[in-house]
Amino acid sequence: MAGNAWRSTVSRVIGAIKTQTPQPRTFSRGIQTVTLIPGDGIGPEISTAVMKIFEAAKAPIQWEERNVTAIQGPGGKWMIPSEAKESMDKNKIGLKGPLKTPIAAGHPSMNLLLRKTFDLYANVRPCVSIEGYKTPYTDVDLVTIRENTEGEYSGIEHVIVDGVVQSIKLITEDASRRIAEYAFEYARNNQRASVTAVHKANIMRMSDGLFLRKCREVAENFKDVKFTEMYLDTVCLNMVQDPSQFDVLVMPNLYGDILSDLCAGLIGGLGVTPSGNIGANGVAIFESVHGTAPDIAGKDLANPTALLLSAVMMLRHMGLHSYAKKIETSCYDTIRDKKLLTKDLGGNSKCSEFTDDICRRVKDME
Amino acid sequence: MMAAALRGSLVTLAKGLSAARLQPLCARSLSLTGQNFVESPPARADSTFKVTMVPGDGVGPELMTAVKDVFKAADVPVEFEEFHLSEVQNMASEEKLEEVLSSMKNNRVAIKGKIHTPMEYKGELASYEMRLRRKLDLFANVVHVNSLPGYSTRHNNLDLVIIREQTEGEYSSLEHESVSGVVECLKIITREKSRRIAKFAFDYATKKGRSKVTAVHKANIMKLADGLFLQSCAELAELYPKIKYETIIIDNCCMQLVQNPYQFDVLVMPNLYGNIIDNLAAGLVGGAGVVPGESYSAEYAVFETGARHPFAQAVGRNIANPTAMLLSASNMLRHINLEYHSNMVSEAVKKVIKQGKVRTRDLGGYSTTSDFVRAIVANLSHRTV
Repeated sequence: MAGNAWRSTVSRVIGAIKTQTPQPRTFSRGIQTVTLIPGDGIGPEISTAVMKIFEAAKAPIQWEERNVTAIQGPGGKWMIPSEAKESMDKNKIGLKGPLKTPIAAGHPSMNLLLRKTFDLYANVRPCVSIEGYKTPYTDVDLVTIRENTEGEYSGIEHVIVDGVVQSIKLITEDASRRIAEYAFEYARNNQRASVTAVHKANIMRMSDGLFLRKCREVAENFKDVKFTEMYLDTVCLNMVQDPSQFDVLVMPNLYGDILSDLCAGLIGGLGVTPSGNIGANGVAIFESVHGTAPDIAGKDLANPTALLLSAVMMLRHMGLHSYAKKIETSCYDTIRDKKLLTKDLGGNSKCSEFTDDICRRVKDME
Repeated sequence: MMAAALRGSLVTLAKGLSAARLQPLCARSLSLTGQNFVESPPARADSTFKVTMVPGDGVGPELMTAVKDVFKAADVPVEFEEFHLSEVQNMASEEKLEEVLSSMKNNRVAIKGKIHTPMEYKGELASYEMRLRRKLDLFANVVHVNSLPGYSTRHNNLDLVIIREQTEGEYSSLEHESVSGVVECLKIITREKSRRIAKFAFDYATKKGRSKVTAVHKANIMKLADGLFLQSCAELAELYPKIKYETIIIDNCCMQLVQNPYQFDVLVMPNLYGNIIDNLAAGLVGGAGVVPGESYSAEYAVFETGARHPFAQAVGRNIANPTAMLLSASNMLRHINLEYHSNMVSEAVKKVIKQGKVRTRDLGGYSTTSDFVRAIVANLSHRTV
C-alpha cells in the first residue's frame, strides 16, 4: 500500500518532468479552456450566440471571458489588463469579437496592442464561397496568409521637411522566413496543393526581393507543396476574373491587408469571413473582422456567422475536426435554406432565431 | 504651323495644370489669342503628325504592329518614330534612353508598350520605365475602365476613371539594407505632388463632366504619409464645389469594387494603390487586353494600355488582344485633334467586339490577333469628308 502510493508519486513526478517537453496539440482528451473576448457593440450578442451553438454541439470547450480595454501601466505605456494576459498565456487559444478603437482615446488601436503583446505574426483568412449566399463569384476556395508584424505597417514615419513625408517599409529576413514556414506548414496540414508568394519585387527590388528569396529557400524544404510566385498586380487582375486558380497566398503586410479584404469581398463581405491570428509560443487568437456596428448593438439583429466560422477555424486548429465539421455544416445549411437569415444576408430574422436554427440542426446531426 | 499652334494649346493646358496658383482650370480661357499665337483653322490632315513609338517587351511589338496596320488602313496622318528600348533584352543604355527622351520632347506625344523590369538589378534600383517617367515628369496616369458593349462580365455597364500619381509614393526606388537581413524601403509623399495630382483629378472630372472624386488612402495606418495626401486632396476639393469629394480606405475600396463598383466615379490615389486598383478594375471589365490608359505630364502625353503587363507567355503566338492598345491609340488621335480618325478607329473596334464573331482568346473566342485586326480594318467606315 505504501509502496503503491510511493510508486504513484514517483510516476507522477516523472510524468511532470516529462511534460516539460512541448506537448503535441491533441486536445481531444478533456475540456479545453479558451479565452473569450466578447468585444464591443454587437460583440456580446454574437459571442453568446457562439457559446450557445457550441453547447448544443457538446464541444469540449470551456469559455473564460475577459475584457481587454486598454489600461495605462507604470511608465505611461498602454497595455492590456493583466488578467486578460494571464488568461491568454495559460490557455493559448482565444476567440475575439469586434473591438472599437475610440478616436481620441490616446491609446493605440486595441488590435495593434494585442498583436504586439502576443507577437501574432501570421494572419490567416480562408475564403470559401458560401453556397446559400450568392455573390457573382461562385468558386472561391483560397487562403490568404499575411505577415502581420512589419512591412509597410511598421508605423515608422516622419516629416523630413514641411511638405515631405517619409514612411518606412521594413522587411526582415527573420519575419519573412517565419511567415513562409508557417504558410507551407499550413498548406501541408490542411492538404492544400500550392503556395503562391505575392510580391512586387520588380519595383521594390531589395525589400520584396528579400521576402521572395526567403520564400524560395523555405520552399526547398517543403517539396510536397507546389510553390509559385506572382506579382501583386497580376494577382489582382486574375483574382477578379477567375479566383479558382488560387490556393494559398502568402505575402507581406500591406498586400495581405488589401488582398484579404478583396477576397472577403468576393465571398460576401466581412460579415461572413473568418480570420485567425497565429503568434509565437503556440498562441492563436481567432476573430471576426467586421466592425462593432453600434447602430444595431443590443437589438438582436446581428449576424454571428463571422465569429462562428472563426470559432470553427479555432476548433480545426485544436484538432477537434468532427465538432468543427458539425457546426460548420449546420451553419451553411441554415444559410442555404434561406428561411431564417439575418438582415445583412438578405432576410429579416433575428440573431436569436438564426442561432436557434443552427443549434437545432447541430442537435439533429447527432 | 499647325503643330506649333497645337503645342501652344498644350502649353496653355500645361501651365494651367502645373501652376502653383490653385485656380480651377475651367475659369481660365483656353484660347490662344492671349498667347501671341494666331487662331488656327480647324484641324485638317494636311501634314502628318510625328509620334514617338516605343514597342517595349513581350507582346508590345505585336500590338504596335496592329496599331500600325489599322492606322495605315484608316489613312491616319500619323508618322511613327520607333525606338526599341528594352531592359530584359539588353537593348537599353543611357544613350538609347536619351534618344527616346529627345524624340519625345520634340514630338510631345508617344505611344508605348510595357518596358519590362527584370527582378535582378545591376546597379540602379530604378527601372528604365521608372526613369522615363521621372525624366519626363509623367505624374498622372489615367485609366479608363469602361465595359465593352457586347461583352458581358460579372459587372456590366461600368464607367470608372482611375487617376494615379506616378512619380513618387512607394516607387521611389530608395531602398537600403541597414543591417544584413533588415531592409528598409522608403515611401515618399510630398505636398506638392499630392496637390498636383489632386488638381489634375478635379480638373479632369470637371472637363469630362464627372460628378464625384474619391480619394483612396490608408491614412488610418500611415497617418503622416497618406494623411498628407488626404489633406492635399481635401484642400483642393474646396476649390471645386460642384464636384462631390469622398474618401475611402484602400482595403474597403477593393472590397467595394468587387461587390458594388457602381458607387465610384473618378478615383484618385498614390502610386502603389493605383497599381492595385488599375489591375483590379481592368479585371472587372475583361482583363488587361481591354483597358486603355495614358500618362500625362505638364507637357507630354504618353498613351499605353491601362494594366501594364508584358504578357511574355503570348509572344509569337499571335493571341494577344490589341483592343486596349487600339483604344488608347484612338485616344491619342483625339488628343492631337484628329477627332474624325479617332472616332473611326474606336467605332470599328467596338463594332467588332459587339458583333462577337471575331474575338481573341482572353474574351472567350478563338481568333488570332491578325484575324482581329483584319476584322477591324474591314469595319473601318470611311466617310467622305
